[in-house]
Amino acid sequence: MNPVTLSALPHLSRRSFLGLGAAAGAVLLGACSTSGETAPAPTAAPRDGGRLRAVFAGGGAQEVLDPHKTNLYADVARANALYDKLVEYGDDLGPVPRLATAWHPNADATTWTVKLRPAVFHDGRPVRAADVLYSYQRILNPANALRPRASLEVIDIARSRALDDHTIEFVCARPCGELANVLAAFGAYIIPEGTTDFSRPIGSGPFTFVSFEPGRSLVTARFPDYWDGAPHVDELEILTAPDETARINALLGGQVDYADDLGVTSARTYESDARMQILRSPRSAMSAFAMKVDRPPFDNVDLRRAMFALVDREELVTTVLGSTGVVGNDLFGKDAKYYAADLPQRALDLDEAEALIRKAGVRNTTIELQTTGATNGFVEAANILAEQAGRAGLKIEVKVTEGSTYWTRTLDEGVLSSFRSGAMPIETHLAQRMLSTSAKNYTQWRRPEFDALFATASETTDENIRARAYQQMQSQLHSEGGLLVWGFSDGLHGMAPHLAGMAENAPSNTLGYARFDRAWLS
Amino acid sequence: MLARYAGTRLTVGLVQVLGVLVVVFSIAAALPGDAAVVIAGDDADPRRIAQLRELLGLDRPLSVQFGDWLTGLLGGDLGTSVVSGRPVTAMLGSALAPTLTLAALAFVVLVPLALLLGVVAAVRRGHRVHRAVTALTVAFYAAPEFAVAIVLVAVFAVGLGWFAPTAVGAGGPLLMQPELWVLPVLVLVIRPVCSLSRLVRSSLITTLDSEYIRHTRRLGVPVRRVIWRHALPGSLTPATQHLARVADWLLGGVVVVEAVFALGGLGQLLVSAVSSRDIPLLMGLVTVFAMITVAVNTVADIVAFQLNPTAGLAS
Repeated sequence: MNPVTLSALPHLSRRSFLGLGAAAGAVLLGACSTSGETAPAPTAAPRDGGRLRAVFAGGGAQEVLDPHKTNLYADVARANALYDKLVEYGDDLGPVPRLATAWHPNADATTWTVKLRPAVFHDGRPVRAADVLYSYQRILNPANALRPRASLEVIDIARSRALDDHTIEFVCARPCGELANVLAAFGAYIIPEGTTDFSRPIGSGPFTFVSFEPGRSLVTARFPDYWDGAPHVDELEILTAPDETARINALLGGQVDYADDLGVTSARTYESDARMQILRSPRSAMSAFAMKVDRPPFDNVDLRRAMFALVDREELVTTVLGSTGVVGNDLFGKDAKYYAADLPQRALDLDEAEALIRKAGVRNTTIELQTTGATNGFVEAANILAEQAGRAGLKIEVKVTEGSTYWTRTLDEGVLSSFRSGAMPIETHLAQRMLSTSAKNYTQWRRPEFDALFATASETTDENIRARAYQQMQSQLHSEGGLLVWGFSDGLHGMAPHLAGMAENAPSNTLGYARFDRAWLS
Repeated sequence: MLARYAGTRLTVGLVQVLGVLVVVFSIAAALPGDAAVVIAGDDADPRRIAQLRELLGLDRPLSVQFGDWLTGLLGGDLGTSVVSGRPVTAMLGSALAPTLTLAALAFVVLVPLALLLGVVAAVRRGHRVHRAVTALTVAFYAAPEFAVAIVLVAVFAVGLGWFAPTAVGAGGPLLMQPELWVLPVLVLVIRPVCSLSRLVRSSLITTLDSEYIRHTRRLGVPVRRVIWRHALPGSLTPATQHLARVADWLLGGVVVVEAVFALGGLGQLLVSAVSSRDIPLLMGLVTVFAMITVAVNTVADIVAFQLNPTAGLAS
């Protein structure tokens, strides 16, 4: 029996349908609201006081206060309010010191000495090396099955130790040239030594815990002794509403000051509306297709190059991302540190694509593209790719599959699948997805010489050698790799006209994202 | 006779609930993916999924998982959500309150309004009032809840500021905050009012045309009394059955309404339980839903039986 293909059907999910509804509501309302109203311009000088309310797309039942179990954007916002990491990613995904002020390797980058700044937890205890070691031990304990473990695994925690209260010596299981990326890993927050109960959490973050009702609200208060300066607002409330329409209406109705994660349709609708400012988290997600290079038909490099040539990136960005993004160049991490920006940008070339397809001898084969309706934009992009491939004489059949097992299935099965990734340093992306030993190698890219280059980059403490190695690796992936990166999209958020001081250029899950300690209400 | 009837219905109901539990567990277990896959998230490390499975006890045989759950249920323990780690009863409790409040308020508005509209439409057959009521009910019946909700919020909450656009950030009992529940209740009531009033109207017309009512009229009983005391009660059997379905729908938590107004009720909890493959939570919800359905239908049958004992037993 043939698999069910939905390639011919326009896909309209409930979410996008509701989004359209919200947009329709806005148009309707626009007709009956008094025009010509302009918001008061935010004052230049920060103003102290008030309660800032931010609503995120929570998962209801899934919400937690254990920072090491952080998973959703709402969890990130809560953890950012209550806790700190040693290091955070900056706008370019490079390391920014937080609780750690400095980190120095030994000659072969197998041992790192990390200095802590003077900081205190909410209960007045100082943040010490022992707290850091305890936090990392907890994360690295396999029995806890915590998400940051995969990133922190390079640290040999049993052999790491506190040199004094403010100095830690981390021993690496193998050379790790960029330990700071590990210290900034998603969910790697520092908790006080001995913490097992998170019902009244204590951290060293800018806000202290007041109350929590899962699925509804976390109330926090300004921490006057915060090491990075006390926040402007008296209170921060993190709320959740799974539905985008509800988040937008809450913002328009003045119930919240910030609404996270809006759809493209809504963001465009309210872009020029005085009642809302749109905040962008640039290049927050990479959109791609993963070709498995270890099996037919994509073991043929000509076919991979044909794919690179036949895809109309502009069309995908315009249609799927609603122009809220930029085209990709088959490489991860646009604008991030070490990104190979000097490699020529690929453009649509149907003649070359047709020639390569003929050369590869695949004109009459049908290639199955796996995708899922569970991730926004996947099915749309897959259908467009199938159509574009058709123009070059390549037959791609879109197979829409179930969402919850999508990622485990496409890791090993099939030949071509929709792929996306949040922002992370290029080193992390390569380590997790592009090495022979990578646990999440969706393209099955396994090359000993590529692994060797990565080892060179990891072992060196010389910035130039590392930069050159990353350049060579990206050059290989650009010409022969299996990841067709067609675009990078912005995260879109709504802000009330009176909310100011939010970071304006921070990709999702970097230092400036979902942080409210520098924000104020004018 | 009524007691025996009620007893039979209850026994059948209990067997039905148990059947539903077995069926739902089997279906949930057959769904692709499990809570470990969902908690691990997109692009997850396969080793972590295996560890989570072990940690959450999802690697045990299904029969053992169901057996443990059923044993807990008999002892009044609905278990712990595998995703949140919180007791299922606590999660059900906090979601039940908004759903019950909305359902109760909707009923208070729905029943008198539908009866009145139905009677007016039946009595004023062919009159302008009748045509107006019919046109309106058909139009509103065709409007999907979320569209109605979005328009109402845009106009009356965001635009005019009469009501709160959502329940985001609201605390305390819902019942005490009319600015939060007026719009959701309105949205919930619109469709049932249309269907129920039309049902009342058509069965009332049939009754009014019957020989029995004509005879009552010939005896000189006033029109008002004929309609409200004689004709209406006899015409309510189909309406009662329909009302049971409406109650069931409302008590299940109307997902769209809960989502648009950000009211964390049973409907949203169900969506979350299914999408996160949280089987203990899902089973807890199903237990509640199955009991509600059986209870509501039993009550409706008993009421119908009382209203019209000559019609025989509906079961």
